[in-house]
Amino acid sequence: MGIFDDELKILRERILKLGCMVENAIRDSVKALVERDSELAKEVIKRDHLVNALDVGIDEECVRLIALRQPMARDLRLITTAMKITTDLERMGDLAVNIAERAIELNDEPQLKPFVNIPKMAEITQTMVRDALDSFVTGCSRLPYEVIKRDDEVDDLTVRNFEELLSFMIQDPKIIPLAVKRTYIAKYLERIADHATNIAEMIIYMCKGKMIRHTEISEEI
Amino acid sequence: MVMDPIKAESKNLDFYYGNLQALKNVSLQIQERKITALIGPSGCGKTTYLRCFNRMHDLYPHNKYHGEIILYPDEINIISPSVDPIEVRMRISMVFQKPNPFPKSIFENVAYGLRVRGISNRSILSEKVEKSLRSAALWDEIKDRLHLPAFDLSGGQQQRLCIARALATDPEILLFDEPTSALDPIATGKIEELIMGLQEHVTILIVTHNMQQAARISDFTAFMYLGEVVEFGDTDNLFVNPQNKLTEEYITGRFG
Repeated sequence: MGIFDDELKILRERILKLGCMVENAIRDSVKALVERDSELAKEVIKRDHLVNALDVGIDEECVRLIALRQPMARDLRLITTAMKITTDLERMGDLAVNIAERAIELNDEPQLKPFVNIPKMAEITQTMVRDALDSFVTGCSRLPYEVIKRDDEVDDLTVRNFEELLSFMIQDPKIIPLAVKRTYIAKYLERIADHATNIAEMIIYMCKGKMIRHTEISEEI
Repeated sequence: MVMDPIKAESKNLDFYYGNLQALKNVSLQIQERKITALIGPSGCGKTTYLRCFNRMHDLYPHNKYHGEIILYPDEINIISPSVDPIEVRMRISMVFQKPNPFPKSIFENVAYGLRVRGISNRSILSEKVEKSLRSAALWDEIKDRLHLPAFDLSGGQQQRLCIARALATDPEILLFDEPTSALDPIATGKIEELIMGLQEHVTILIVTHNMQQAARISDFTAFMYLGEVVEFGDTDNLFVNPQNKLTEEYITGRFG
């Protein structure tokens, strides 16, 4: 069984590596936007193929482990969780690319107003991603529940950001193209937070063997 | 949840080989027309438990039972000394690890139990033999050579013949003691399909060392260790999310 344990350890490490790459992509895409650094944004776009390649590699490894090791119980739950969370991580990587693309477009234009909501959203979202991945390593704890709870904060900020930009757009329709791009970015961050929530839900499944997706988790928390 | 009817139930069953206690307080409910699998490491008592159900242990004088195994619907305690073991074996048949046909023709192997019951009418025997061989998915392969020796058949066919022999007396419960451990994967697949088909008519209790097999074919699984039932539940739950740490260690191969 030693070999299988080693294989599972390597699988966990590869997931963490993928998670790290995605965390960096999110951080750099928002930094490129806030600091108007288009070179950094291009860097994020260029690195995305590495995320995609690792995602495919992890999926192939999971299929191989299911076929050859016929995992049961917690091993089975670890592997199925790995397959699902890599999909979420890969999508987060794509969303970071979308942020970088919008950053490049916005950096070519004069700044509308300083960023307030977006950096706040980015900070919460990044913490959610990091905590979700930490709980993948540390296993059963309250951490994944905390991640799920924080998703509401990001949702609220998305709405607040949109309302603020809407009032700007009403006052001055000329800024609509720029303001719409900013609402897109907030939406991308909100989607990233949703994926982090998915990961946290899968980790609860991995630990407890109970699917909590699409259910009220208040009693759990 | 609506519970399915219970076909048999062991209550606080202890079993001793002389002074050695092989089963400790085993209480399990076997649901009617479902497949219940018994898994666990060698020596855990699963075969001992299975053998209690058709009084195989009675063959040795120092073996003793305590507790009860109740067979429903008539609620008789099948391990009670007042119950005739031959009658129990008519109602609860067993198929063993290695195919063990009698040194007789294919036909006579299946007819054996019926003849013991005193049936000698040729047409009734023929009808029963054909029905049993069909139920055991063997009829089409051997219908033209029913009078050849059973030993002429392949291993997988011999095992299906033993299943047909067990079915001939219309048992209520079929016991399988690692029925595929001596067979190749193709013969194993056929036996597994056969077992799953049989549960429409008969309650099945199966001992297997192959956990994937238990996962594939059973509705309920009991994990046994050192003569006790550690965990019993829906097969789906037991293999995905076992509640007991010992069960988890055993089914993930990290035992001991």
